[in-house]
Amino acid sequence: MAQEVVTTADQTFGTKPGWEGVVADWSSDRQTFPVHWGKAMMWIFLLSDTFIFSCFLTGYMNVRMSTTDPWPNPSEVFALTIFGNHIPLILIAIMTFVLISSSGTMAMAVNFSHRRNKKAIFWLMIATAMFGATFVGMQAFEWTKLIVEEGVRPWGNPMGAAQFGSSFFMITGFHGMHVSAGVIYLLVVANRVRTGFYDRKGSYDTVEIAGLYWHFVDLVWVFIFAFFYLW
Amino acid sequence: MAQESAQEHPISVYFIVWGALFVLSAFSYMVDYLQFQGYTRWILILTFMWMKAGAIVAIFMHMRWERPALIYAILGPPLCLLVLVGFMAVEGDFTSLTREMFFGVSNVFDAAAGSGH
Repeated sequence: MAQEVVTTADQTFGTKPGWEGVVADWSSDRQTFPVHWGKAMMWIFLLSDTFIFSCFLTGYMNVRMSTTDPWPNPSEVFALTIFGNHIPLILIAIMTFVLISSSGTMAMAVNFSHRRNKKAIFWLMIATAMFGATFVGMQAFEWTKLIVEEGVRPWGNPMGAAQFGSSFFMITGFHGMHVSAGVIYLLVVANRVRTGFYDRKGSYDTVEIAGLYWHFVDLVWVFIFAFFYLW
Repeated sequence: MAQESAQEHPISVYFIVWGALFVLSAFSYMVDYLQFQGYTRWILILTFMWMKAGAIVAIFMHMRWERPALIYAILGPPLCLLVLVGFMAVEGDFTSLTREMFFGVSNVFDAAAGSGH
C-alpha cells in the first residue's frame, strides 16, 4: 500500500491517443481500466442508473405526447406566493440551486481528499449532506403541497392529464430516493474520514467514488428540471 | 492512490465551474420566468441543459482526465437511448393520432362521420 515509487496509469500503460489507446487498453489480456476497482464499478453502476432514469423520462415523454387531455402547466403548478408575490416555479429553482451548491462542496471535498486534509474533507462532506437533506425536505414540502392543496394523485388531478401525476411521483420520487440514499452514504464516508479509517486503509479513493455518485444525482436533476419542469 | 496523482487540479477550476453552473441554472429559470415559448424555449432549455450536464460530467466527475477506454465505455452506451427515444416519440405520436380519431377529441374524425348525417 505505502509504496514509495509513484507510478501513474499513463506511465504503466502508455499514452496512445484516442481509439489507439482504447484498443491498447482493451487488449493484451490485462486490466482494462487502470483505476481503483470501486471507481470503475461506480461508473458502471451510474451507467445502469442512467438507463433507468432515461426509461422514466422516455416513458414520460411518451405519455405526454400521446395524451389528448391538456398537460398541466408546471410553471403554474409549482408556483409559490411569497410575501404576496406570485412567483412561477420558484421552489424548483431554489431546489436546483441547493443541489448545485451541494455539488460544489462535494467537488471541493474530493479535491481536498487528494491532499488528505481530513478536517476540510469532513466538513465539506457534511455541508454536502446538509444541502442534500435540505433538498429532500423541500421536495417533501412540494409533494405535500401538490397532494393536499392541488389534489394531484398518481391516477388523476384537477388540472388536466392524469399522466402528469403518474410521471411526477415516479420520476421525482425515484430521484428523491437517490438523494436520500446519497445523504446517508455521504454521512457514513464523512464519519470514516473523521475517524481516520482511510488513513489506516492508506487510500482516500472512497471519497472520490462517493463524489461520483453525488454528482450523478445532481446530473439527473439537470435533466428532470429541463424536461419535466421547464418543458 | 498512486494512480490518482494525475488528478490534482487547482481549486480555481472547481470555483469557475461551480459559478458557471449557477449562471446556467439562472438562465434556465429565466427561460420560464420570461415565458419564452415554442422552438425558442426548447432550444434554450436543451442548450443550457447540455452545457450543465457537460460541465458536471467533464469537470466535477473528472471525466475529461480519464483514459479514453473508460470514457467511451461509459459515455458510448447511453447513445442507444436515442433509439428508444426515437421509437417512443413515433409511438406516442401514433397513439395520440388514433386517440383523436376514435375518441373524437379533435374534429378530424367527427367531421368525416358527421358528413353522413
